[in-house]
Amino acid sequence: MTELTVGDVIAERSVHLTRESLVRYAGASGDFNPIHYRDDVAVAVGLPGVLAHGMLTMGIAIGTVEQWLGDPARVLEYGVRFTRPVLVDPETGADVHVSAKIGALDDDTARIDLTVTAAATTVLGKAQVRVRRA
Amino acid sequence: MPVNPDLVGRVFPPTPPYLVGREKVREFARAVFAEAPQHSDVDAARNLGYADVVAPPTFAMVVQDITLQQLLAEPGSGIELSRLVHAEQRFRYTRPIVAGDELTATLTVGGIRTLGGNAMVTSDAEIVDATGAHVVTATSVLLVGEGAA
Repeated sequence: MTELTVGDVIAERSVHLTRESLVRYAGASGDFNPIHYRDDVAVAVGLPGVLAHGMLTMGIAIGTVEQWLGDPARVLEYGVRFTRPVLVDPETGADVHVSAKIGALDDDTARIDLTVTAAATTVLGKAQVRVRRA
Repeated sequence: MPVNPDLVGRVFPPTPPYLVGREKVREFARAVFAEAPQHSDVDAARNLGYADVVAPPTFAMVVQDITLQQLLAEPGSGIELSRLVHAEQRFRYTRPIVAGDELTATLTVGGIRTLGGNAMVTSDAEIVDATGAHVVTATSVLLVGEGAA
């Protein structure tokens, strides 16, 4: 953690989501909005299909940097904008890719910028984690 | 029905205490693909100085959600689940949530901004532990669409 440079990519991963992943997150989080598991409801409200919970994508994104962080108490702030939905196909699912890089540094804290994409589209805007420097 | 502008500044009653369970933390960690050992392995958490398994950062939403249910249940708020889109989410942490914590959340409606027929509602849930010490503040921006309701 001694040598950090703005622009360094510190972690990356891809997570494959299926409809089962969405049902699992619904149960774990208590968010049972049917647009996350019922195609008929999703279509009825004008969506192209069943979507991943935004909070699931947000959780996957920060999970990417946890091993790098070590102590979870280093996380001071985390925020995202939900800009594009992650469509989860009933047969092929969806792949969420996360890339984490150092966005800014000061004496005490670092800002980690998360780039989160699915189907070649960025799905979270301004996804930033502010962490205490070790 | 439009979003009621009188909600701005409203502070809701604290939610009943939410006891964070070890198996709930493990279940949530698995659901968000949080693979760091402190979420599931008690010894790994203790080696980092925690009394029990540590919840992933977005677990705070589970407690915040209780406050959003208060907001949705408010008569005449003009906020309904079927017209809601979660636009933004932020967390500001004093410390991570750990199994065994008894958490209480207090919701404050911070602001309502109207954009055409839509309203952006910002609310803060301040989450404290059993001693009253701050753990995390969870801020949501909800986009409430124009609807026939």
